[in-house]
Amino acid sequence: MERIEVLKTYKLYIGGKFPRTESGRYYQPAGKNGKKLGNICQSSRKDLRNSVVAARTALASWAPRDPFNRSQILYRIAEMLEGRSAQFVDELKQQGSTPTAARKEVAASIDRCIYYAGWCDKYQQTFSSVNPVASAHFNFSVYEPMGVITAIAPEQSSLLGLLGTVLPIITGGNSCIVIASETKPLCAITLAEALATSDLPGGVINILTGVRAELLPIIGSHMDINAVVASDLTDTEKSNLRAEATSNLKRTIFCKQDPAKTESPYPILATQEIKTTWHPVESSITGGSAY
Amino acid sequence: MPKKKSAPDWNYAPAPESSSQVNLAKRYDHFIGGKWTPPSNQSYFTSTNPATGKKIAEVADGSPTDVEAAVKAARAAYKGSWGKMSGRERGKYLYRIARLIQERAREFAIIETLDGGKPIREARDIDIPLAANHFFYHAGWADKLDYAFPNQKTAPLGVAGQIIPWNFPFLMAAWKIAPALATGNTVVLKPAETTPLTALKLAELIADAGLPDGVVNIVTGAGETGAAIVNHGDIDKIAFTGSTAVGKLIQKSLAHTEKRLTLELGGKAANIILDDAPIDQAVEGIVNGIYFNQGHVCCAGSRLFVQENVFDEVMWKLKRRMDSLIVGDPLDKNTDIGAINSKAQLKTIQRYIKAGIKDGGEIYQPSCDLPAKGNWCLPTVFTNVAQSSIIAQEEIFGPVLAVQTFRTVPEVIEKANNTPYGLSAGVWSDKGARLFQLTKSLQAGVVWGNTFNQFDPTSPFGGFKESGYGREGGLHGLAAYLNLEFS
Amino acid sequence: MKSHTKNTPARYIPSSSPPVDQVGIAERAARFTTRSIKDTTKRAGLNMVLNMIDLTTLEGADTPNKVRQLCYKSCHLHDSIPGLPTTAAVCVYPTFVKIARTALGPHSKVNIASVATAFPSGHATLKQKLEETTQAVGDGADEIDMVISRGKFLSGDYNYVFDEIAAVKEACGKARLKVILETGELGTLDNVRRASDIAIHAGGDFIKTSTGKIASAATIPVTLVMLLAIRDHYFKTGEMVGMKPAGGISKSKLALHYLVMVKETLGPEWLDNRWFRFGASSLANDVLMQVAKLESGHYQAAQYFSKD
Repeated sequence: MERIEVLKTYKLYIGGKFPRTESGRYYQPAGKNGKKLGNICQSSRKDLRNSVVAARTALASWAPRDPFNRSQILYRIAEMLEGRSAQFVDELKQQGSTPTAARKEVAASIDRCIYYAGWCDKYQQTFSSVNPVASAHFNFSVYEPMGVITAIAPEQSSLLGLLGTVLPIITGGNSCIVIASETKPLCAITLAEALATSDLPGGVINILTGVRAELLPIIGSHMDINAVVASDLTDTEKSNLRAEATSNLKRTIFCKQDPAKTESPYPILATQEIKTTWHPVESSITGGSAY
Repeated sequence: MPKKKSAPDWNYAPAPESSSQVNLAKRYDHFIGGKWTPPSNQSYFTSTNPATGKKIAEVADGSPTDVEAAVKAARAAYKGSWGKMSGRERGKYLYRIARLIQERAREFAIIETLDGGKPIREARDIDIPLAANHFFYHAGWADKLDYAFPNQKTAPLGVAGQIIPWNFPFLMAAWKIAPALATGNTVVLKPAETTPLTALKLAELIADAGLPDGVVNIVTGAGETGAAIVNHGDIDKIAFTGSTAVGKLIQKSLAHTEKRLTLELGGKAANIILDDAPIDQAVEGIVNGIYFNQGHVCCAGSRLFVQENVFDEVMWKLKRRMDSLIVGDPLDKNTDIGAINSKAQLKTIQRYIKAGIKDGGEIYQPSCDLPAKGNWCLPTVFTNVAQSSIIAQEEIFGPVLAVQTFRTVPEVIEKANNTPYGLSAGVWSDKGARLFQLTKSLQAGVVWGNTFNQFDPTSPFGGFKESGYGREGGLHGLAAYLNLEFS
Repeated sequence: MKSHTKNTPARYIPSSSPPVDQVGIAERAARFTTRSIKDTTKRAGLNMVLNMIDLTTLEGADTPNKVRQLCYKSCHLHDSIPGLPTTAAVCVYPTFVKIARTALGPHSKVNIASVATAFPSGHATLKQKLEETTQAVGDGADEIDMVISRGKFLSGDYNYVFDEIAAVKEACGKARLKVILETGELGTLDNVRRASDIAIHAGGDFIKTSTGKIASAATIPVTLVMLLAIRDHYFKTGEMVGMKPAGGISKSKLALHYLVMVKETLGPEWLDNRWFRFGASSLANDVLMQVAKLESGHYQAAQYFSKD
């Protein structure tokens, strides 16, 4: 007799835990050949609120963490992904990728983790400045994380695009809530499982699944989100988000480049604030004895 | 100091700056495409001296038609000679402007003081020289942009619409125009309606410098003129300095466009005095933080936090220091605090002072004779201020300081960050390790350690949170005017 | 007489002096120089300056005649301009006090100040310093300008410095004591502040910047730090202490900046030669030229003003 397959329950990832959506709603995106991918949580306003709370809490320890340590944690994520690569490949195939493309995407995703792991303790050194002011002051500008960022993962590249969006954010010490691809959410949930077993503190990355159109307005008007990052919004979505973002002047960052294809430190800087610090530099009394 | 007066006061005799150097017309038109252009609706408004209430000059009231003409001129210049010019040649024009400002510095300082009410000492020693320095600094960037953003293609944005406030009319014009031109853009600039004159004098100077027509266009007017710039379809970038409320409106009205936007908005900076601070210098920092430019400063240190164990000493010294401030004729070289920029702003400040008293704050103002006419406000400090009091929460934009006390560093960090604003902050401590704990923890774009209100063209300026986004000045400020490969 | 032993309790705790930020001091100092002093303010200021001068000769080559000329000049600054004040004092080496007393007479408005205590280096035993002080006071000095032991100060022996000042103060009797810190040898403004506090607490009636014998003498920032020490002492005790910048102040404009600083830091009560002095040799003539210019409306030349 054929063995009955155990089907996976897909949950959200908030504050290092895997809750079901508080709303009890789910949706069933179609995969390859129209086969339903599963019951996917349709996140609500409250799920977003909970994940912002989790992200805000995590930020307090993630932002000040030594960059070297952040770097090791990102590397650890790569290690965890490597171990699950077969599962990712399988899910990508279910979502419509060819086997070759799926394998390629998973490999690139793991490499992307390592790429940004390396930047953790280098972007500051590369792009900060000491400013030669014309007064007796030491003056320097450094990057600081913007805070809690909501990332809208690209719709088509469900693993690499998501990581390409999220990694620069956390590399720079931000915490984030990522809205997974609506139509291709499987890898995002499996990624959550990998993250949960990596050393990444809970709440640094929170993953929500659901309907983009429903979540965007809630994100735009949420007063405790510092920035929104997206790469494939429609003109109307961008326009609405910009308008709603005025509530707390959250930064709206719409990447020109496809995050799946971008390896660059500049996306890290996109979710950084620049802080300039001044301090006086003393001069001694000079002279000395003539007798 | 001593109660008994054993010596007569040695008060300073008036020392007014002579305004004979000043060359002002009775009426100013827009500066569009290198020509002085009358407003299409033939309408003018007056700019008055806030210290005397006297009319200084008539200034064109910009209509959408005028803005249209200015944008056309800017676009033509961008497509024409300016867009094709090499960075090196562009830079030379900026150097020229810097030099011309230096040569005419005195005249500009006097006009700035006449039009805006700031003390001549500040206009002369800070506003005008810093403006010249901004042009000089940015001039050198024009042919070196490839080094600013490595491994990234850079290109100008096109036409920049720039709207600036009345607190540093000339300096803000320089902060806006210099980086825009250095990066290869052309400009339509609108100065504030109460302080348009130095920007118009700058237009004269730019014409003298021989800049191609249309590279810099100055259109004067009030909010509606600004809205016409913001909403113009052929502008690629808006740079705005002003209130958070207006900044939000601008973002909203640009939401459906791909126009680039940078906002430099309000603030409510914390100035924090720890018990090991050099107290006398900290008191100078408090005074410079809140009474500089009548407190019309977005990064003013308007919330003072004093550690409880040095509170008495700090307040005794601060009050004595306030007693020595001279309020009055802005043209007098000895004036420390000049005129409030406008009647409307004076009313706003007075409303806040009333609210501060009503909320139970203890007010102190030095006794000082004020001129009979004009807009004046004594330097004011409130102690016993609750964190929730309106004067501790909202930006007053006047010489009003709200003082609170604290006991520990974590407590003051929490209080200081407990605001939607994040433009600037100050920390005073003799202990480096503690100072850096605070400078790291304060959510602000500019943090002054053992100093306050310092500015330099090489030093990026701009806010966190609702104080806006984007930086002005320094290498990082160039990004606001460039089309970069990655965003 | 107290003598310093290792067992005496600390008279001065270094940490009791507040830190000084040099850049902040320099910025504040620069602000004083932007005050514009005109018309009646200038004229009144110049008169004050003249009346605050300790007219000084401290040369190896000093002779009785040189000192007599100085004494005459102190009371007759420029007789062709009526209503000029005298200087506050003449300042001479101890060996010339007697001559100065004879020249000025017993009841002169002009005080005699003398630089006792092994001026300028201060390298002598306490006994020698006290003898020199006693001699100068006995010969008729109204004021003693002592130097502190900078070597002891810089090696951290603050109690020695404190006790030495206290001992000299005792030896002064009724004479007022000015304590010279020789700030140019102290290296930092923090040290200037510390030395000021020691001198004030040990009983100095005045604190004074310099001997005038080294390159870095009185400056506005250094003087400001000392004025702030005086101010803090006044805040805590209600006692006034005097200030004397010395060395390097030879122009009226600069002297007026000092008055601005005194007025804005301590208040107008200090604008009196009981509380503020200039130690200077050539300042008087520059002020006289300015006064003459104000009176006549013409710019003056040095040759019309007697050097001594």
